[in-house]
Amino acid sequence: MWEYTDKVKEHFLNPRNVGEVENPDGVAEVGSIACGDALKLSFKLDERKRIKDVKFKTFGCASAIATSSALTEMIKGKTLDEAMKVTNQDIAAYLGGLPQEKMHCSVMGKQALEKAIENYKGGPPVEPEAKIICECFGVTEREIEQAIRENNLTTVEEVTNYTKAGGGCGGCHDAIREIIERVRAEAPPARPKLSNVQKIKMIEETIEREIRPSLKKDGGDIELVDVIGNRVLVATRGTCATCKAAELTLTNLVRAKLRDFVSPELTVEEVTQ
Amino acid sequence: MKTVYLDNNATTQVAEEVLEAMLPYFRDFYGNPSSMHTFGGQVGRNIREAREQAAALVGAQPEEIIFTSCGTEGDNAAIRSALMTHPDRRHIVTSRVEHPAVKSLCAHLSGQGYKVTELPVDKDGLLDMTQYERSLTPDTAIASLMWANNETGVLFPVERAAEIAAEKGIMFHTDAVQAVGKIPINMKSNVIDMLSISGHKLHAPKGIGFLYVRKGTRFSPFLIGGHQETGRRGGTENTPGIVGLGKACELAAANMKTENQTVKRLRDKLEAEILSRIPNSRVNGSRLYRLPNTTNISFEFVEGEAILLLMDDYGICASSGSACTSGSLQPSHVLRAMGVPFTMAHGSIRFSLSIYNTEEEMDFVIEKLPSIISKLRGLSPYWTMGDQACSVQ
Repeated sequence: MWEYTDKVKEHFLNPRNVGEVENPDGVAEVGSIACGDALKLSFKLDERKRIKDVKFKTFGCASAIATSSALTEMIKGKTLDEAMKVTNQDIAAYLGGLPQEKMHCSVMGKQALEKAIENYKGGPPVEPEAKIICECFGVTEREIEQAIRENNLTTVEEVTNYTKAGGGCGGCHDAIREIIERVRAEAPPARPKLSNVQKIKMIEETIEREIRPSLKKDGGDIELVDVIGNRVLVATRGTCATCKAAELTLTNLVRAKLRDFVSPELTVEEVTQ
Repeated sequence: MKTVYLDNNATTQVAEEVLEAMLPYFRDFYGNPSSMHTFGGQVGRNIREAREQAAALVGAQPEEIIFTSCGTEGDNAAIRSALMTHPDRRHIVTSRVEHPAVKSLCAHLSGQGYKVTELPVDKDGLLDMTQYERSLTPDTAIASLMWANNETGVLFPVERAAEIAAEKGIMFHTDAVQAVGKIPINMKSNVIDMLSISGHKLHAPKGIGFLYVRKGTRFSPFLIGGHQETGRRGGTENTPGIVGLGKACELAAANMKTENQTVKRLRDKLEAEILSRIPNSRVNGSRLYRLPNTTNISFEFVEGEAILLLMDDYGICASSGSACTSGSLQPSHVLRAMGVPFTMAHGSIRFSLSIYNTEEEMDFVIEKLPSIISKLRGLSPYWTMGDQACSVQ
């Protein structure tokens, strides 16, 4: 049995804003009956271009119904620009969280919102490269890329939980893996400049959370000795200290992780201490 | 809130008589039947009795019964034994609608180089027996077909299938977990080589089952260890479980008539009333060849998990073959194999009864379900599209 929060249950049992808005300004349908869930969203703006009325109809499980209901409550009274800022994670958070396997319900809500706003802005949504990756559930490359970026996904399983892609025959797993690699390799968004104290703190956190666990699996360990500018001085411990592959570990794992999580300008040096 | 339990194909309530029979073996007679002292050894007699009770339910001889831990173990033991005793044969015949205990095992064996034929079923969930016969080759080590389907209750003609296999010198196993105790089974009047059952589907506790192995059948043990079960299944006997299963088998034999008359009447009433009160609903699977306790009904344009949770609010327990309840993203493999359209497959609900269900419980479900379905249809974007929606696949 799924562990739904009380808020999910409450929105499922008493969904808000069910129906279809008359003469809507924007309307969209996402999902399909074959996929097991579908959402029809319609909204109307007031004279100040704020969402005055928004309604939904959903075919799907309890969390699909609850996320649709939550979405309508969240965007009511917002301008379209404000509404566009609502992410699928915001929807899940509004409900006190969703089971991982049900995150695709929140993504469906976000997609319906985007499509309805595109519909308002004029004509059919333009998807120049609507390349279908997952044939079973009709998920496009763009949808997968967006879910990876917005939710920081790293595995095929996560992509399936968020988009359903890959949840059928499994024939697209390699393609999804390639998309993950490509998106992850993209330049990360510009980070604000870090103070020295912030930088050292983030390096420590990254070592603790991202690096140490995988070294410890092989009986090794690492210690932060000093940070001089962008030079990170570390000492290896345990099996790492005597391991010939340690240099490779330092470049591949430690530098990659620190560049990924802290700053792309960092270099890593090993010191003996 | 009162619980209305209509999920007996998932598991059943332990019968009061079964529990009573078991308790002394936790409290007082906890000895090991293999021990030399009287205190332990005396338990062996009770295990013998239980074996006789279990054998009697299926018309077997006591020595043809091997106690196991569950249906899955029985299925694994049977299929693996056939492969071990026929090392020159590399082919398995089974169906697309088997329980995961057989289906996943065969998929695993297929990865190890065995060839697996999964026979399709028609829209009623029935096999094409000509196709079955043609699938058996000199390389076939075993054919394994379930007696009754857990999701739809549909019955396979396994006795006939076993004869066909026997004529070609091929071993035949059936997963009879859902059939035993619900329909009469007599191993004396068929040629099935192996049959597995699980206790908790017939009011015994979880963690006990048996595998029937016909006398003279070559058998290679799955669990190798002590001399228990005459060396065919190592491991200290689960004495309370075995005694409980024996009692449950005795009760099942005595209740067979109730199962096929009272339970069947309640199921038929529930089914008929639901179909007549709720439009766009239909039964999945053959209604002719079916267990007396099971009905699998689809409600078009609504999703099964949502139905289950709304029923749960009234204390009604059932199951669904929808994607959202299976933990995967696709509806049940059984409904897909039957070609049930997506509009129906996602909204399927299985009600499975037992002798403990009452007329009042059926009336309660019949009263509550129509408003549950219409509430969800009120939310569904497909329902308002009316007749047009019927063509959506």
